[in-house]
Amino acid sequence: MLTVDHVSGGYADHPIIKDVTFSVKKGEFFGIVGPNGSGKTTLLKMISGLIPVAQGSILVNDKNITRFSKKELARTMAVLPQLTSQTFPYTVKDTIALGRYAHHNGLFQTWTETDESILQKILKQTNVERFAEASLHELSGGEQQRVFLAQALVQQPQFLLLDEPTNHLDLAHQKELLDLLKKSTAEQKMTVISIFHDLNLASLYCDRLLLLRRGQTKMLDTPIQVLTEPIIEEVYQTTVKTHPHPEVAKPQLHMMPRSELKLENNIKIDESYLVVKKEHILLKSPIPLRTLSTGICGSGVGWHSYFVICDINKAENCNDPAHDIMQRHLITHNFHPKATVGMMTAIKRDHVAFQFWRENQFSLFIVVIAGAENAINTWIFVNGKLKETAFIQAVMSAMEAKVEALKDMNIATSKTNKTADTASTDNILIAATQQGKFLSNASSTSVLVTAIRGGVYTLIKKVIRNTQ
Amino acid sequence: MSILKFLKSKYVIAYLASFLMFIVSILFGIAVGSVAVPVTDIFPIILSPLLHLSFTHDIDPMYIDIVYQIRLPRVLLAGFVGASLAIAGAAFQGLLRNPLADPYILGVSSGASVGAVSTLFFNITLPLLGLYTLPILSISAAFITIMLVLFFARQVESTMRVETIILTGIIFNSFLGAFISLIIALSGDQLSDIIGWLLGSVSMRGWKYIAIILPFFMVGSLLLLANSKELNAMSFGEERAHYLGVDVQRRKLIVLTAGSTLTGAAVAVSGAIGFVGLVIPHLTRLLWGPDHTHLLPLSILTGSSFLILADLVSRTIISPQLLPIGVITALIGAPVFALILMRKRKTSKGGASC
Repeated sequence: MLTVDHVSGGYADHPIIKDVTFSVKKGEFFGIVGPNGSGKTTLLKMISGLIPVAQGSILVNDKNITRFSKKELARTMAVLPQLTSQTFPYTVKDTIALGRYAHHNGLFQTWTETDESILQKILKQTNVERFAEASLHELSGGEQQRVFLAQALVQQPQFLLLDEPTNHLDLAHQKELLDLLKKSTAEQKMTVISIFHDLNLASLYCDRLLLLRRGQTKMLDTPIQVLTEPIIEEVYQTTVKTHPHPEVAKPQLHMMPRSELKLENNIKIDESYLVVKKEHILLKSPIPLRTLSTGICGSGVGWHSYFVICDINKAENCNDPAHDIMQRHLITHNFHPKATVGMMTAIKRDHVAFQFWRENQFSLFIVVIAGAENAINTWIFVNGKLKETAFIQAVMSAMEAKVEALKDMNIATSKTNKTADTASTDNILIAATQQGKFLSNASSTSVLVTAIRGGVYTLIKKVIRNTQ
Repeated sequence: MSILKFLKSKYVIAYLASFLMFIVSILFGIAVGSVAVPVTDIFPIILSPLLHLSFTHDIDPMYIDIVYQIRLPRVLLAGFVGASLAIAGAAFQGLLRNPLADPYILGVSSGASVGAVSTLFFNITLPLLGLYTLPILSISAAFITIMLVLFFARQVESTMRVETIILTGIIFNSFLGAFISLIIALSGDQLSDIIGWLLGSVSMRGWKYIAIILPFFMVGSLLLLANSKELNAMSFGEERAHYLGVDVQRRKLIVLTAGSTLTGAAVAVSGAIGFVGLVIPHLTRLLWGPDHTHLLPLSILTGSSFLILADLVSRTIISPQLLPIGVITALIGAPVFALILMRKRKTSKGGASC
């Protein structure tokens, strides 16, 4: 248990940390975040006893850190500071062995069996065994950082303090280091207190976050509470977007580059971008569009520039899996598969219908392609900025429109009742340019929904009439 | 470390080689000169009084006199001075994390020189001290200098980071250097005495000077050896050393004081002999690695061997005239050092920077 109780202090006559209070439980992974100059490193140095506390107290296991001897403190708490250049070419093993200094007493205490076995264990754990005999000067920054982590771990501390530990590390080693720390908190109940520069890493690994702003606590809570757009935007003075991690229930932040914010506003997707050919129907957008779609490739949520429906009957080896046929088709036509939403159907020449609608705050371009047995592919392009909800509402209204249209057509043409079966081969795409202002209020959304329902209904009827 | 493991380590070779070099240097230092003393006679001459035996019946009494009155004290003094400068240099380099640091970096030698030069210039002879006036005043001046440097460094910054200490040392060095130049400019008859002292020498000092340096050498070296693990930690930076559990402020003061004492004592008995304190630790580190638990004792052996040999060359090369020993240390030391540095650079792929 580590308690920071109303602590203020910093450098002489210049307090950096002002009245910070928090406590960290045993086995917790605790993150300290904040903009440059917010006092993260100063706070860490105060906790580690390097900088004296001006006011308040820091208690480690209910004992004030000023009452620890230096060695006692080093046995309780290890610190991995930011990497600094090293003057002398110590070997990796000698460097790590220094971590046992605090466990040695007296002038001539020698290296014991216990020391050696701890060293060997940590060498393996931190994956530095391979270059144990090498000199520090032969190692890369990332390897050196792992060596110093090993040095901190052989101190066998209850508390491990880290200052941006993933600096200098590549992606794989960042993950490896943080996984190792996380494991130590779970298995050995080691308490980790770490400064993070990268809020997304902090979000993934920390149980709780302390957000500092100008030396004061801005917020102290779980990542999901702290890493919200308004708070981060206020503290960091920049625009960010939060989004859940695709696999883990933790928020992730995305930066907003200025160029994206200022992008020109005049791109309107309409029929001039549409190409109808024998082998495929293509819409090529000059900018990537935000999409929500079903299909063979590019389905789900994403950003895409090419929208293709290719004709299944024109494909060679049409017994291959649809995905392979699609990939082949895209590559032969120079569409980048990652930038494409691809669908597949049996196209007939006059089975395509499209129309452009202009509304007050947005415009709409809808393409409907009918395949065999009334399979309907619907593309809805919105020239406007939509929230995620609007995408879902757009899908819902398009489906309603389709069901309605088919029902009306069935009545009109008295065909066999097959409407329910066709759904499995239907595909839908909602794509938005995401330019201009959000269509956020209720009235503009309802205008969009109504427009989509009307447009899709009209076009489906038209297409089905053509097919008959 | 177990004995077996120790025997297998490279340090056994290091100690054997250094010790052999040390013995050979002493033998050469005693044997060679205007009158050559047979090497076979040296052991009996030295050992018989130590063992309270007498092997010296059939040895020419002249040899015994030469060994006891001239050569042995001279060799021992050179050895102690070389050892003091080398171990102080090794400690300063480690503490200041700078392979180019030398024992003179903190202004200690300038302080000692001011003490000595003033003694010569003003012709001071303190009652009771007599001939010892110069070394005693010199060592006192050295001590006062280091205390002032530390005092001012603390005034500048209470945590006394090494950067602050180095800067303060440089300021003192310049100031005291100017003071020495002033005295040289003003001196008339004493000029050759002063210059001779400044260039450094271990000749004609006798056993009394050994008695002066010995206690300082013992205390200083033991203090440094006792802090070799802390030096290892502190050469990773004071912040890391703190995290490893080292009481940085205290250890830093001990190392600085011990190193300055060694330097002051060496300068007091032999003048400011350059190069040894810079090159010997550097060389030792290149050969045997940076671990201070071995670097310090190996530097003692190598430093004393080096200065004994340098003195030997200085008094034989243009015999019967003497060359200043400082000239020799630089003339031999620099090329040898350059050679080793170049070869080491070629063999180590990492291009270690020291």
